[in-house]
Amino acid sequence: MIELPALGWQSIVIFVVFALSLLIATYCTYAERVIAAFLQDRVGPDRAGPYGLLQPLADAVKMFTKEEFFPGGANKVLFVVGPCLAMITALMSSAVIPFGNTMSFGNNAFFLQGIEVNIGMLWIFGVVSLGVYGVMIGGWASNNKFSLLGAIRAASQNISYELAMGMSLIAVLMISGTLSLREITLQQSVAGEWQMWNIVKQPLGFIIFLVCAFAETNRTPFDLPECETELVGGYHTEYSSMKLGLYLFSEYVNIFVVSAVMSVLYFGGFNFPFQYELRDWFVNSQGWELNSAQNLITLMGAVGIFLKIFAFIFFFMWIRWTLPRFRYDQLMRLGWTILIPLAVFNIVLTGALILFGVI
Amino acid sequence: MHPLFLFLSFVALLSALGVVFTKNPVHSVLFLILTFFTISGHYLLLNAQFLAAVNIIIYAGAIMVLFLFVIMFLNLNELTEPQKPALAKIAAAIAGGSLLLILVAALKDIVPTGAVTGTAFNSQIGMVDQLGLKLYTDFLLPFELASVLFLIAMVGAVMLGKRETGERNF
Repeated sequence: MIELPALGWQSIVIFVVFALSLLIATYCTYAERVIAAFLQDRVGPDRAGPYGLLQPLADAVKMFTKEEFFPGGANKVLFVVGPCLAMITALMSSAVIPFGNTMSFGNNAFFLQGIEVNIGMLWIFGVVSLGVYGVMIGGWASNNKFSLLGAIRAASQNISYELAMGMSLIAVLMISGTLSLREITLQQSVAGEWQMWNIVKQPLGFIIFLVCAFAETNRTPFDLPECETELVGGYHTEYSSMKLGLYLFSEYVNIFVVSAVMSVLYFGGFNFPFQYELRDWFVNSQGWELNSAQNLITLMGAVGIFLKIFAFIFFFMWIRWTLPRFRYDQLMRLGWTILIPLAVFNIVLTGALILFGVI
Repeated sequence: MHPLFLFLSFVALLSALGVVFTKNPVHSVLFLILTFFTISGHYLLLNAQFLAAVNIIIYAGAIMVLFLFVIMFLNLNELTEPQKPALAKIAAAIAGGSLLLILVAALKDIVPTGAVTGTAFNSQIGMVDQLGLKLYTDFLLPFELASVLFLIAMVGAVMLGKRETGERNF
């Protein structure tokens, strides 16, 4: 057995989360095609492997073996840095998401979470706000007018929707009183109490957050930075081979992360209904030890949060193949004159409800 | 000294010099973002998590995006950069140098809080909850005034974004 002295349990969790984000993003490309085919009444990918399950692998081989092209007059360094930044920022945010409660073996206990910090929500928000750099730098470095237009659209879109997103988060903060995502999750289910998930207390905030999440991940109906009908391919017009792959891939990682954040903030994270009753049933009726019952509940919770995440990912794809794209002025008007005032109203409403003891 | 502190200071100084010396404005902005990251690292070393996160969100995440946005629009490069006369360069060097001198003179004798044993210093003051308590007790009025200012700015932005009556471009 090889000793890995530098690696504790937590590093293993981080590695698993990293691997899972990549795996899920890989199969998102497959799921997107299957769902598109389903919604448009087509067959979809079914050639590579059973049910076309090896399609992502075939795509990866195609991406890696394509010609690597640098446009004339491009800034070579930044042209490569762009997709790297997009991928790095996409992967960074999953570090603070709690994918499960505590696992305990004897005296050792660890969280199914990369790092537990008391600024978890701010970390997510910070990393999300950095996500636009990959798109901006890549679009500028391509030395192409369409790419530049895409980059500039991405910048203004992200800044505009970040404001409403941040303010919808503040309302969650007001009812939870903590920035730690683990604490927020635990508050949504307390043993022996009839505790609601945050979606019940924050329906308006959730809708604002959901719309902003679509805008921040550059998904249809807000995919104006790439918008192929106006800008050829937007910021990634000039990209080829795996550099393009990284851009497309980082979009799916972002969808995964944003789905995880929505599950944690509004849909109870790793909690599922009657978990404490189930644990007590294992302990009292089946004679299990408390630790192993708790571990089983934790694992079931981890499965639960992933089911919630998959549901949100499906929702993202469903919307993509249902709604047409917004026009640019409509996008800006929605962000500044509808979502931001609504978010402010939501903060005031939440404050009033807390003041009068309703929630 | 802490090796992390040395590393962060080294990168901070190097990238700050990069901001000034690089020819391309886009590279300048990127170096400035790197500088903000190292400064956030310093905040973390000083146990000020909230400040570190907010520094990233506001400066690196929002303000520098706007900088980059404007610079990309202007598309500045070496050819279009106006050449300043030698007199302006000398004046700028003298002004900057004297500012440095004043800063060094003002800051060289400062004793940081908590450096002298016996003075009360709360090492947890940088944490979110402690900082919030401090802001909402000792600094309530300035804090509220600042937030009213921000609210006014935000309402102004929304007003500017609103379509005026009769204006129809599409």
